[in-house]
Amino acid sequence: MKNLNKKTLKILTYAGTFAENKDVARHLRERYVFPYLIKGYCIVFDYSGVENTTQSFTHAVISESIRKFGPSVIDKFEFKNCNPEVKKIISIVVEYMQGNMEKPVS
Amino acid sequence: MYFTGIPGKIGEMKIRIPNSAFLGNINGFFSTLDLNNSDFLEITSHPEWVNIHPIVLCIIGILGKSVPSDKIDCKPITAQSGHYLKRMKLFEFIGINPEVKEIKEHEQAGRFIPLTQIKNSKDLDYFLKELVPLLHFDKDPKHVKSIQHIFSELIRNVLEHSKATEGAVVCAQYFSKTNKISIGVADMGIGLKKSLSVSYTVKDELEAIKLALTPGITGTTSKPGGSAQNAGFGLFLIKSIAYIGGNFFNIMSGDKMYKLLQKQKGSYKLNGNPFDDRHSVLSIPFWNGVAVGVDISLDKTTEFTSLLSTIYKFYSAEVKGQKKARYKKPKFT
Repeated sequence: MKNLNKKTLKILTYAGTFAENKDVARHLRERYVFPYLIKGYCIVFDYSGVENTTQSFTHAVISESIRKFGPSVIDKFEFKNCNPEVKKIISIVVEYMQGNMEKPVS
Repeated sequence: MYFTGIPGKIGEMKIRIPNSAFLGNINGFFSTLDLNNSDFLEITSHPEWVNIHPIVLCIIGILGKSVPSDKIDCKPITAQSGHYLKRMKLFEFIGINPEVKEIKEHEQAGRFIPLTQIKNSKDLDYFLKELVPLLHFDKDPKHVKSIQHIFSELIRNVLEHSKATEGAVVCAQYFSKTNKISIGVADMGIGLKKSLSVSYTVKDELEAIKLALTPGITGTTSKPGGSAQNAGFGLFLIKSIAYIGGNFFNIMSGDKMYKLLQKQKGSYKLNGNPFDDRHSVLSIPFWNGVAVGVDISLDKTTEFTSLLSTIYKFYSAEVKGQKKARYKKPKFT
């Protein structure tokens, strides 16, 4: 059954197999990520078919939400079908963002 | 006053292409570079051999393109390896056609990216697609991801921060003898000091280089962690990839060049402060923009995922360790 509280973003559709275009990242952030979070949805970032990404792209998609809504927003994100490199990059960005916030989760 | 081939000319910008100019011995190239007069350009080269890093090609390409081709006096290229400059499209790029010693033997196809100008995101998309076949990475998937990452981060930096009207100039070369890929990316924009001064007080070019290499610093904001669009982490990541693989990484802007020296055996410590790394600083003729050169040794460089693991561990220990904080982890399914 479809989970009505979740919205899925297929990264491949927007950013291709090498997800690095930060104009695309901005579009995802402003058009989908922020509005979905404001409406209370959880977001599934589906990376199936994405072979590689950059920390800059990942930062541009998710970091401002962590800053804006607080680290608890990370619980609303699900990263699906990521290969090992993509997983590492997402982990670095999530850690990095919390490390640079004034009040990290303690 | 002296006659140099173009009548009515008093003094000129001078480039001497040496027999060897790589990241470790680039000092010689800068010691003969004369940027005093940008109206005329004289190019000379070592008579017997020329072998130069892509960052040097990018610098020559940008300088050459800044001068009308009829104001460029390029002396005949007599070196045996002079055809390398032709193959990297240096002369085509700057619009001149000097005499170059022809080679008779069959030339291998090679793994290289000739001088290429990237002015916008669309150019970059195209370039990143071409990158894999040009460097024959379709047969070497182990290293393709880190190379793609480096190019994307460096070129996007130029497009987003440099304000360079001509965008980025890039090229790359695989060297079979040393089994390494050398990369050069350069621009003639506003440089690091001006770019970072929007958000930070930057006293000189060296401090600008230090800030640019420090994780979390970006010219777009003084907020820790960067802005929505910029993390300030890209150059640190590239420096770390180079360092872990025991490779050189050079960055120049204004009158300074920072050179990350190869790590000593057994040393794997990453540093947030680039001046804590084994490095040297070189005074250079004033370069308005930024130029970066990186070497990636395919023997020593591990897979991208291992590199990222090392960087992740560093970051956890360095930042989280200090704050004694417990961070949330991303959920992977």
